[in-house]
Amino acid sequence: MAGDELLKTPLHDWHHAHKGRIVEFGGWSMPVQYSTIIEEHNAVRQRVGLFDISHMGRLKFEGPDALPWLEKVTTNQVAKLAPGQIQYSLILNETGGILDDILVYHRTDGFAVVCNASNRLKVVAQFEKYRDGFDARLIDQTFDTAMIAVQGPAALATVQRHFDEPLTDVRYYRCVSGTFLGTPALVSRTGYTGEDGFELIVPKERAVEAWEALLDAGRVFGILPIGLGARDTLRFEAAMPLHGHEMSEAVGPYQAGLGWAVKPKKGDFVGRNALQPSKSASGPIRVGLMLEGKRIAREGSAVKRDGIVIGTVTSGTFSPTLGKSLAMASVPQDASLADLPLTVDVRGHEEAARIVPLPFYRRATTVPSA
Amino acid sequence: MDPTTLKYTPTHEWVHLDGDVATVGISKFAVDQLTDLIVIDLPKVGASLTKGKPFGEVESVKAVSDLYAPLAGEVVEVNQAVTGDVQILAEDPYTKGWLVKVKVTDASLVAALLDYAAYQAKVADEAH
Repeated sequence: MAGDELLKTPLHDWHHAHKGRIVEFGGWSMPVQYSTIIEEHNAVRQRVGLFDISHMGRLKFEGPDALPWLEKVTTNQVAKLAPGQIQYSLILNETGGILDDILVYHRTDGFAVVCNASNRLKVVAQFEKYRDGFDARLIDQTFDTAMIAVQGPAALATVQRHFDEPLTDVRYYRCVSGTFLGTPALVSRTGYTGEDGFELIVPKERAVEAWEALLDAGRVFGILPIGLGARDTLRFEAAMPLHGHEMSEAVGPYQAGLGWAVKPKKGDFVGRNALQPSKSASGPIRVGLMLEGKRIAREGSAVKRDGIVIGTVTSGTFSPTLGKSLAMASVPQDASLADLPLTVDVRGHEEAARIVPLPFYRRATTVPSA
Repeated sequence: MDPTTLKYTPTHEWVHLDGDVATVGISKFAVDQLTDLIVIDLPKVGASLTKGKPFGEVESVKAVSDLYAPLAGEVVEVNQAVTGDVQILAEDPYTKGWLVKVKVTDASLVAALLDYAAYQAKVADEAH
């Protein structure tokens, strides 16, 4: 794909001007790091970090049948959302594989979905495919808006400086509409790092101004801009799944450890009939692995027991917070594995590993949730 | 080592020749490009190096990178401090962070490597 075919967020020039190392991600030109991944990772865990997540898909739903349309295409129970509430959900294909993982928002002005950048067009196509005569419209707002995440112990103070609604009242997985620096903004208490934090959606024309105002407000706390490299190590430590790794169209929700986001009792939805009953399922599951050595067990590495391949690594990295090489892997549902010495084939080296509980990291204090 | 006195390969290894023993490391540019070094794999004493072929690898959070032999020869010493703690390489790539010492097969080939000015020019090209 030629460089000039990549999509750019409203903050692209800022990243380039501020030493962001630009890479291709999901069809977008994005910064992977500005300084070092470990420094950026630690900034979020200890202080506060700023992420440009404008590449993610932002879809708005309008019309009298928006709710049943969303119920048909997504796995979680949309009707349970109070105004201002958000839920994690999945979109399955007809064979029960995961097409994308999303957040569904019940905003005061209607429903909205945030999806992965790489899957935006597939998600839109899926909604259109299952339109089923619903009186509703899907509006892709991705290119009219910017989305910025502020994550870390000092995130609230950083965002509150210029936001007119009190953020301490906004519980986890809730959102509020307000004004940020004089601009209409939707702020949600959500994130992909395992820290407290917020995600802001603003009109694209105000993106740079909002970004710089957040940097300015966070300066006293030691804020840093954070690239995709640290975004990945942060979500990994919190054992948050990433589409294309822990889940894909070839992987069902129970294998990915996401059965909790699937509500077969709510009624029919795409992929429901293809789901294995979760309680009797004997298929593979997601586990955490800790390696003895420092080599990183990257995606695709074979997991072995007594030299026999039993599973595969879905994500692996060096964890800055734990100082260990860790991995998430798909292995058979076998309780005995927890007590067995396993190995991971890392580029021909058999690295000793053992199963450890997920998440690898849980922050010390949590916000009351919705 | 004073980096201005060293010779370099296009793949960012540096060489310091003393008689027929070459000390080999990687440049600060390489270290700065990699960032987030996690672990390094170096050959054992006695290993035989082939010019231009990988003789080890250095792993960072994002990727694994091969180390390429600047010259053919036999490894006579390995920097155990760096294999024990790769941060020594990250902090001091030209002195404490040396990697291996090689008894070279043909010391005259060192002259053909890039000098500091030529290496800096190449790096300026690469760093857009």
